[in-house]
Amino acid sequence: MHQFTEQLLFGIQLGSIYALIALGYTMVYGVLKLINFAHGDVYMVGAYGGLGAAFLVGTWLPSHHIFTAGLPSPIGAVLVLLCAMAICALLGLVIEQAAYRPLRTRAWIAPAIVLGAAAAYIAYSIAADANRNPASCVAIALIVWGAIAWILKTSQSRRTATVSPRLTALITAIGVSLFLENFANLKSIFTPDPRFFPTIVNIPDPARHIPRTVSVLGVDVSLETMLIFGLSLALMAILTFIVTRTKIGKAIRAVSYDADAAALMGINTDRVISFTFMLGAVLAGAAGVMVTSLTGTAINPYIGVPFGLKAFVAAVIGGIGNIPGATLGGLIMGIAEIMVVAYGSYIGVPDTYRDAVAFFLLILILLVRPSGLLGKFAPEKV
Amino acid sequence: MRIIGSVNRTLTLGLVCASMAIVSGCANDKPKAGDAGSGGTSNGTATGTPIVVGEFGSLSGSESTFGTSTDNGLKLAVNQINAAGGIDGHPLTVKVYDDEGKPDSALTVVQRLINQDKPIAIVGEVASKLSIQAAPACNAAKVPMISPSSTNPKVTQIGPYIFRVCFIDPFQGTAAAKFAVNTLKAKRAAIMTDQQNDYSTGLTKFFTQSFTQQGGTIVANPSYTKDDLDFHSQLANIKALNPDVIYVPGYYGQVGPIAKQARQLGITVPLLGGDGWDSPKLVEGAGGAGQALEGSYFTNHSSMENPDPAIQNFVKAFKAANSNGEPDALAALGYDAGQVLADSIKRAGKPADGDYTSEAYRTKLRDAIAATKDFPGATGKITIGADRNAVKPAVVLQVKGAAFKYVTTVNP
Repeated sequence: MHQFTEQLLFGIQLGSIYALIALGYTMVYGVLKLINFAHGDVYMVGAYGGLGAAFLVGTWLPSHHIFTAGLPSPIGAVLVLLCAMAICALLGLVIEQAAYRPLRTRAWIAPAIVLGAAAAYIAYSIAADANRNPASCVAIALIVWGAIAWILKTSQSRRTATVSPRLTALITAIGVSLFLENFANLKSIFTPDPRFFPTIVNIPDPARHIPRTVSVLGVDVSLETMLIFGLSLALMAILTFIVTRTKIGKAIRAVSYDADAAALMGINTDRVISFTFMLGAVLAGAAGVMVTSLTGTAINPYIGVPFGLKAFVAAVIGGIGNIPGATLGGLIMGIAEIMVVAYGSYIGVPDTYRDAVAFFLLILILLVRPSGLLGKFAPEKV
Repeated sequence: MRIIGSVNRTLTLGLVCASMAIVSGCANDKPKAGDAGSGGTSNGTATGTPIVVGEFGSLSGSESTFGTSTDNGLKLAVNQINAAGGIDGHPLTVKVYDDEGKPDSALTVVQRLINQDKPIAIVGEVASKLSIQAAPACNAAKVPMISPSSTNPKVTQIGPYIFRVCFIDPFQGTAAAKFAVNTLKAKRAAIMTDQQNDYSTGLTKFFTQSFTQQGGTIVANPSYTKDDLDFHSQLANIKALNPDVIYVPGYYGQVGPIAKQARQLGITVPLLGGDGWDSPKLVEGAGGAGQALEGSYFTNHSSMENPDPAIQNFVKAFKAANSNGEPDALAALGYDAGQVLADSIKRAGKPADGDYTSEAYRTKLRDAIAATKDFPGATGKITIGADRNAVKPAVVLQVKGAAFKYVTTVNP
């Protein structure tokens, strides 16, 4: 029983991390009906942001001994967490403004870039073949590009629907995700080499072998586990407060209920969408710092992929678009995974099947409740 | 309009493909092609047409220190050989490709080496998983391949053209088990295995065999994968079973976090590992020097503290060539792979037609490598056995601070 409680707590620890990331997926889906596949990579950037902040804080506040074992430095740790969250908020804003907003408001931009570039290239080749000087070749190419963009823009504005189909946004999300991963992978940015967090919160003193533990339900739990769980809980409480008790929260709920009606009521939907992206990114960034600093796992440009995928599944299990659902889904995923590792072998499930079981759970839940555990079942309006 | 549209689309597609090809082409060409060759030009004795030695390794990615260490070692060997006149006046030049630690790109870059760069032989990889991926291509093309430090037995079983200059896992696993029983007085051991890694599963198998033969018990053998972030659950099960030692035959990227989480759970017994721990990044992942891995042990190919002049000369030359960077055992093995290859080329003699890459010559070279006997390398005397493996002793090192201290030697 004692051991079961211990394993359950590990499950909750992992689950609360999934939940934090799942909240970002679910909120963005709520307001935009978009699966933001770049969300897992925000987690990755958060981890790197925290790492950078840790080194800066370590330089600025040497008296806080951020790198020395044995001395906890709460101020340094909080600063690192806040820095990472701020970086992610900015990233969330930039992703929304640069990648998704143009698709919603100016649908002609994407074809203008692609078709225009192709046409400009052809124009340049023709001009170059005719032995014109390079400057005029470039000028001709730019004029052709501009003309294509203008034609697309004017032809678009004459139509009633100026919004690109939802699929375009989805593919853009995958593009943003690939961009972030490969950008971080560059030799001049983060490089693919693994990095590790310096010790922010002290771990048990290995010389004396005394683990720093807290007693919960009669089980000794490490300080790190409690910190991850406690911080996640606090962040979720703050999020709940923002969504249910503030004006911007009310606006988020209104936009997710009916974006067009909300706009007619005077809500600036674009601003609400930007804010939602930032809110989700902040949570993912906090998760990135907490996991990499407290469990000691390596940071590399691809750490967001498995986490993002599982958090997305968690959001779907809970009912995508539903905030308590994301938390519930995250906890279910985390606990299921840990239970497979801990007890799977007793019923003939090898511990390497931890992911398989989590995804099997998804299929099972969707068979019974296609809209997720807490998702609302609503027939499509025709 | 439709036609123009589709023409445009096709063109765009073509453009995108072309630009991707250019970008990826540039990226692949970048890894310092022939860096070592330029070192050869400074001497003036070796002025003939260069002989290309192919190399593939994880110069980036999650095992990047493996690849860069090996590469530095191999280049040191090549530079020394060229400074001493090269091979019959021909300088050696290294053509190295980065496989990023990925099995599919290991095969791709090796095929590219074989077909495009026409090397006399190929040196690589550290990770057994990647050597196993690429070796069939070398064997089929009859290009001798020397792995500096892949220890899984399957690597050289792939074919007669595949060699290695290090010991193999049946020996390494046995050495670790012997050390656990004799020195640590362990009776109960737990093993954490990376289930998707040939190196890790191989070591687990041989450690288990030897440990149980000596009267010990394996109390638990949970597994993990490279992408896992959470080892608490496995470690909590291990803790409940009270082992005397935990064997973690993995790579440094995961060993650090495993150690850190083990200590968080209050597990105080020493951890034991293999040569996959050998990286300056190992202690960083465990929370830094003096933290979770303090006092743990691992088996390795050689100790840089060994007073043997062959080793100390290598350490001195390596530090001089790498701005005082400390060599690890993988650098020493890269160096040995280069030296054994050069020695074998010399013993194989000059090709009659002057072509070092003809099939006839490569067969001769293969036989010469197979006949290597008592070659004085930086990791000890190298003799290639009947199954194309080197027979060498293993050392046990202990993690102390950020350094690895020599504890004992285990002979085959």
